[in-house]
Amino acid sequence: MTEPLLDVRQLSRRFAAVDALKDVNFSVEAGEVHALIGPNGAGKTTFIHHVSGALQPDSGSVHFAGREVTRLAMHQRVAAGMARSYQITNVFLGLSALDNVALAVQGRQDAGSSFRFWQAARTEKRLFEEARSFLEQVGLAKRVETVAGNLAHGEQRALELAMALATQPQLLLLDEPMAGTGPEESARMVELIEHLARHVTILLVEHDMAAVFRLADRISVLVNGRLIATGTPESVRADPEVRRAYLGDHL
Amino acid sequence: MAFYRPAPYQKPLAIVLLLAALALPSVLSAFGQEFYVGFATRVLIFALAASSLNLVLGFGGMFSLGHAAFFGAGAYVAAICMQAGISDALLAFPLAMLAAGLLALLVGALSLRTRGVYFIMITLAFAQMAYYLFVSARAWGGDDGLPLVGRMTLGGLSLSNDNALFFTALSALTAAIVFLGRLADARFGRTIQAIRENETRMEALGYPVFRYRLACFALGGALAGLAGALLANLTGLASPNLLQWMQSGTLLVMVIIGGVGYLYGGVVGAVVLLCLEEVLSGFTLHWHIGLGVLLLGIVLFAPKGVAALFGKRDD
Amino acid sequence: MLQLILEQSLNGLQFGLMLFLLAAGLTLVFGIMDCINLAHGSLYMVGAYLVAAAAQAADSFWIGLGAGVAGAAVLGLLLELSLFRQLYRRDHLSQVLATFALILIANESVRMIWGAQPVMLNPPEALSGPVEIGGFFYPAYRLVIIAFGLAVAGMLYLLVAKSRIGMWVRAGASNREMTEALGINVQRLFTAVFVFGAALCALAGGLLGPLLAVQVGMGESVLILAFVVIIIGGIGSIRGALVGSLIVGTVDTLGRALLPTLLRALLPADAASTLGPALASILIYLLMAGILFFKPQGLFPARA
Repeated sequence: MTEPLLDVRQLSRRFAAVDALKDVNFSVEAGEVHALIGPNGAGKTTFIHHVSGALQPDSGSVHFAGREVTRLAMHQRVAAGMARSYQITNVFLGLSALDNVALAVQGRQDAGSSFRFWQAARTEKRLFEEARSFLEQVGLAKRVETVAGNLAHGEQRALELAMALATQPQLLLLDEPMAGTGPEESARMVELIEHLARHVTILLVEHDMAAVFRLADRISVLVNGRLIATGTPESVRADPEVRRAYLGDHL
Repeated sequence: MAFYRPAPYQKPLAIVLLLAALALPSVLSAFGQEFYVGFATRVLIFALAASSLNLVLGFGGMFSLGHAAFFGAGAYVAAICMQAGISDALLAFPLAMLAAGLLALLVGALSLRTRGVYFIMITLAFAQMAYYLFVSARAWGGDDGLPLVGRMTLGGLSLSNDNALFFTALSALTAAIVFLGRLADARFGRTIQAIRENETRMEALGYPVFRYRLACFALGGALAGLAGALLANLTGLASPNLLQWMQSGTLLVMVIIGGVGYLYGGVVGAVVLLCLEEVLSGFTLHWHIGLGVLLLGIVLFAPKGVAALFGKRDD
Repeated sequence: MLQLILEQSLNGLQFGLMLFLLAAGLTLVFGIMDCINLAHGSLYMVGAYLVAAAAQAADSFWIGLGAGVAGAAVLGLLLELSLFRQLYRRDHLSQVLATFALILIANESVRMIWGAQPVMLNPPEALSGPVEIGGFFYPAYRLVIIAFGLAVAGMLYLLVAKSRIGMWVRAGASNREMTEALGINVQRLFTAVFVFGAALCALAGGLLGPLLAVQVGMGESVLILAFVVIIIGGIGSIRGALVGSLIVGTVDTLGRALLPTLLRALLPADAASTLGPALASILIYLLMAGILFFKPQGLFPARA
C-alpha cells in the first residue's frame, strides 16, 4: 500500500477553552478527490489552515509527500506542492486577472527568483503566456485584462482557482470554491473541478452536497472538531451517526 | 491597489528638471548667489534619504520610524573613514552603504517579525538605541559628533569644490531614482507591492515574504547610508542627532508630503519641506509653528500628498 | 553599597511610576482608538509648564499642580474634539504626520511663551528635605511622588478592573467594533480616555518638574521610554503598562547607577569606561528586544 499524499495524524488545536480540532486522523490518497464536509463551525476551514500552514497545531502532525511538514511555514509547503484557494475571495482586486495569475506563476520554484531589480516584469512573455493558459483552463480566457475587482463573483472564484493551479501543485486544497455562486456558475465550477481532478489530487471542503457526491471519491465528516466518518459517498450517506449529526433530511 | 505606473508626462518632466538642476550652479553664480549651491546640495541629499524611505514605506509598506539610524550610520562611516585615512569617496561611499545596509539587515531581521504599531515602535526604539550607542562612543566624538577633516575626493576630483559636491549628490540621486524606477517594474517591485497589499496571499503563493521584506528594508537602509555619507561631506560633521527619532520623523514627513509610493515622492517632499523651511525661517524665528500648521492642513485637506499628481497609484 | 542599591531602587520605582502615568494614557489611546500619538510627550511638557506657571502665580506647588493638571485636561479636551476625532479613522501615516506637526507647534509655542531657558519649579517647602528610612536618608519629595504614583495606580486598577467604565475601556481595547455594536457611546468614551491621559501626563510632568528640568523638548526623550514600556507591556493593557513601567524604570535607573561600577570590576579600565555608559543607556532597548523575541505581543496583550 502506497503512502497517502497527505497524512494528518492526531491533529489537535484549542482556541481558549474550545477544542477546535480534536485528534483528527485524516489522509488523502494521491489522485483522489477527498471531500471534507460538516456543519458550519465544525472546524473545516481551521483544518485547512492547519494543513496549509497558516496555523500550528497544539499536538499531532502533518505529513505531505512522505515528509513531515508540521513545522514548515506556509510558503515552504507551497514550494513542496500544496496550494489552496480561499473561502472568501482573496485575490488582488486592483490587479487584472492576468497580473494576478502571473504573480502566482512568478512565485513558483521553477520560475526563477523574484530578486530581480532591472528587467521589467511585463516583458517576460513566458510568465504571461503561462498565466493566460491557466486562465483559459478555468474559463476566463475572455476576461484576462479585466481588473479582478470588476469580475463577477463566480469569475472571481474561478480566478482564485486559477491562481492556485498556477503554482502547479500536487495537492489542491479547495475551501468552498462554490461559496456564494449561483446554479450556473456552480455547475461550471463542478465541471472544472472534475476536469482538474484528472491531473491533481484534491481536498475539497464544500457545503454543496450535490457537488460533493458527484465529485468525491471519498468523503470525511467533521463535526465539532472531530472526524466522525470517512469512506465512500455511499457508506457515508448510509452511516447512521453521520445522518444523526449532520445530514438529516438533506438526503 | 494597482502596480505603480508613472504618469505619461513624468519622464519628460523629470528630464527637464534634471537639465535645470545641471544648470543650477552656473545660474546661481551668474546672480552672485553661490551660497545657495550648498542649500541645493542639502536638498538633493535629503531627497535621496527620503526616497530611500519611500522604497521601504511606499513600495514595501513597512512603516519604519527608525530610518534615520541608517542615514546617520552612513554619515558616521564616512567620518570614520576620513579619520582612518580613507579619503576617497569611491571607497568610502560604498563602505557607508554597506555598513548602513548591514545595520538595516540586522534591525529588519529583528523587527520584521512584528506587525502594525509594534513594528513602528520597535524600529523607533532600535534607532534610539543606535543613537545612544553613537553618543556614548567617545572615540567617535560622543555628544558632539565626529567631524570630517576636510572633504573627500571622488577619484581624482576634490569635493571641497561646492559645485563638485553638488554634482556628485545629483548623480547619486539620479542613479538612485533610475534604479528605483526600474525596481518598481521588475519582479522585485511587483513582489513587494503585492506583499504590501496582501501578505497572506503571497505566502500562499509560495513567496518567502519575510525575505523580500527584509531585502527591501536593507536596500532602503543602504541608500540612506549613501545620503548620510554625502551629508557628512557637506556639513563636515557626523552628528549623533542625525539618528534621533525626530530626524526619522522629518524624513517621514517628507515622504508623506511628497506622496507615499510615488517614485518622486521623496524628492518632491524634500524639496517642498526644505524650501518651506528656508522661506518661513526668513519671516520669523518661530517658523516651526507655521510649518506645523501647514502639515496639519495637509493631513486634513490633502491626504494623498503633492506628488499624487504625478503618478497612478490607487488606494 | 547596599545603601546605593536601595536608594537607586527607590529612584527606579519613582521613575517607573511616573512613566506609568504617561504609558497608561498612551496605551489606551493606542489600544482603544488605534491612534498613534507622537504628541503625547508634548502633553507632558505642556502640563509641566502649566504647573510651573500656575505654581509661580499662586506661589504654591499644590495649587499649581491642581491648576496645571486641570488646564492640561482642558487642552486635551480641545485637541480631542478638534483634531484627534478626525485622526481616529485615518491611517497610521496621517496620524504620525499630524501628531508630529503638533510636536513642532507645541515646542515652538512653549519657546515663544516661556523662552528657551528651563523654567523653575520648586517642590513644596515642607517636602524639600530628606526623610530617614531605616538608617539612610531619602528625599521626602521623591517619597511623595512614589506615594502619588501608587495611589494613581491603585485608582486606575479599581477604575479599570472594577468599574463599569473600566469594563467598557477593557472591552474597547480588545474589540472596538463589538463594543460599538453593544451600543456604548464610543465617541464619549474616546474623549474621556484622551482627556484622562492628558491629565495623567500633566500630573507626571508637574511632579517630575522639580527633579528634571522643565524645558522645551523634555517630552521627546520620555515619550520614547513610554513607547518601550508599551511594547514590553502590551498595547491596550493597563496592567502591562504598570509592569512595563516598573521594569523600565528600575532597569534603567539601576543600570545607569550600577553597570559602570560592575563593568569596572570585570573589565580593564578603558573598556569599562566606554562600554559602561553605552551599555547602560541601551539596556532597556536590549531588554525590549529580548522580551519581544519571546513574546511578540508584549507581556500582557489586551487583544486576543
